[in-house]
Amino acid sequence: MKLLNRSLIYLSVAFLFIIGIWAVIFYFNLKDEIRDSIDDGLDNNRLLILQKIGSDPHLLQQNRFGGNNFEIHPLSRQKALGFRDVYKDTLMYRLNEGDLEPVRILHTAFSHNDEYYRLKIISSLVEEDDLIEDSFWSVVWLFIILMFSVVVINNVVLRKVWNPFYEVLDRLKTYRLDKDDYPLDIATKTKEFRELQKASNALIMHARESYNSQKQFTENASHELQTPLAVITNKLELLLESDHLKEADAQSIAAILRTVGQLTKFNKSLLLLAKIENKQFDAPEQISINGLLRHILADFREFAEFRNIRISIKEAGNLSVDMDSVLAGLLISNLLKNAIVHNSDPGKINLGITDEELIICNSGNKNRLAPEKIFERFHKDTDKNQGTGLGLAICRSICDFYGIPLTYRFVENEHCFTVNFKKIISKV
Amino acid sequence: MKILVIEDEKDLRETLVESLLKELYVVETAGDFKSALEKISIYDYDCILLDIMLPDGNGLNLLARLKELGKSGNVIIISAKDSLEDKVSGLALGADDYLTKPFHIAELNARIKAVIRRNNLNGKNSIEIGNLILDIDERTLLIAGETLYLNRKEFDILSFFLLNKNRLITKTSLAEYVWGDQIDQADNFDFIYYQIKNLRKKLQESRADVSIESIYGVGYKLVEK
Repeated sequence: MKLLNRSLIYLSVAFLFIIGIWAVIFYFNLKDEIRDSIDDGLDNNRLLILQKIGSDPHLLQQNRFGGNNFEIHPLSRQKALGFRDVYKDTLMYRLNEGDLEPVRILHTAFSHNDEYYRLKIISSLVEEDDLIEDSFWSVVWLFIILMFSVVVINNVVLRKVWNPFYEVLDRLKTYRLDKDDYPLDIATKTKEFRELQKASNALIMHARESYNSQKQFTENASHELQTPLAVITNKLELLLESDHLKEADAQSIAAILRTVGQLTKFNKSLLLLAKIENKQFDAPEQISINGLLRHILADFREFAEFRNIRISIKEAGNLSVDMDSVLAGLLISNLLKNAIVHNSDPGKINLGITDEELIICNSGNKNRLAPEKIFERFHKDTDKNQGTGLGLAICRSICDFYGIPLTYRFVENEHCFTVNFKKIISKV
Repeated sequence: MKILVIEDEKDLRETLVESLLKELYVVETAGDFKSALEKISIYDYDCILLDIMLPDGNGLNLLARLKELGKSGNVIIISAKDSLEDKVSGLALGADDYLTKPFHIAELNARIKAVIRRNNLNGKNSIEIGNLILDIDERTLLIAGETLYLNRKEFDILSFFLLNKNRLITKTSLAEYVWGDQIDQADNFDFIYYQIKNLRKKLQESRADVSIESIYGVGYKLVEK
């Protein structure tokens, strides 16, 4: 839920309570006030009536309300002395409304010429249900108007106020440690957002430092391993030349040597990956993929023949790209090597070049490979081959470096790898 | 032939010396920049193996010093760094070759001989052993005066063997020399065997004075009959 809507919900609930309680209190206060003033009016009427009776005793005969708003009945002395003034709400039939309507009534007693009388005075009262209904609708309207203003204020003012926050958020969402090397710099005077920006920048800086040192570490570690590997390799090679070696010992040494060889390969590949990621190959030149493919293919020819793999090539277009020559060579030779090593015997490789794509399809395992896994480092489908598991990871790293897609498909029992060079095609 | 090994890592230095002595070179060593500078200033060498990362100085400065002294040196840089810039600046400063650690002994032997031969040209660049004459520039092979046709890879294999006469060549080092990084897996050694078999057959049929022997199934050795 968006921040704006969330504050809206809290505000509306709070408003509902506050206005509701306020409305109830207001209603009762108003009602009390009205009664007070009516009662005062009734008391005043009483005095006026008593005055009138002094000058016009006929009024004492008024024992029905009729057109007047009072009636008088004689009362025994005893009762009259014990009488207390009472203000009461009651219902009375009203002609104009044609219904019983609430009225305020004053019961009182007085004496005139030693006779005792009871006096009832009425005054029409505000209709309570009308009052409730009216105030209810006023409150509803108040609520609606308030909420509407809040929505408008939220959307116009708050959105403007929160704008730097959303900007920071957008920038953080798209931030790439390996690509972006600028700090966030969004103009805002709000203290909290400045702090948020400061904290984000500190975090980015820290993350980038770790990222760089990790990148650097891989490269340094790989470098430091080269000399010890050279010592081991060369010492073992010399040992194998010794005249006093038993056959079994020689086999053991050869096995160690092969393992060291794998280790060396592995180390080289890791170093290569680190270098690609550290952008140490960045000397783009115009390279013909057609020419490069044929050149690399020549190196593989005998090996492919030996493995009974038939290679066919279909050049539907001329593909010329701007790429570092080392990386271009690595990309194609790793893809080709992959196609040969994971092929069946006998097998086939179909190569295709279009105006923007290089497609390498090979027969082999009859099952589709998991596309999300094969490009991962150290992924091996079987343990039959002793590769480093880094070949396709290197390919992907190179393609990522140039931002070109490398995709895998399984079509008609063939594993197809496609590189789309569209983004780096030479413009000549 | 006199060779100077400039390498700070003692184990590697000793190993290189041991191997070079087998090739009957006269070998001297330097373990740091200072002693290396002293030696190159006083003596002349047919080849210098130079580690450019020395504890007390950059090996590239030694190259510059050699140039100042007007000595060619036939320098092969051996470095743990496989960076293009180092390679380019090393070669620009007059180095003859650049070898990245770790390397195979057979590879180093081939490079040393190639460098020495290239710079001591007495007319032609060829290897002669027994009745074989391998012309490196023309890429031709004569056996007892008759041309034997070899394909590109067979030529590379044979030249690698001739440059490492009487030395063990492991299958891995052969694969790397001839096919680069392409054929690098142990289960592809059958392929190497198949290639050697073909070459052996050709040499035998032409009555060459050399043969390729199998050593413990680990590698091969070319010997003169």
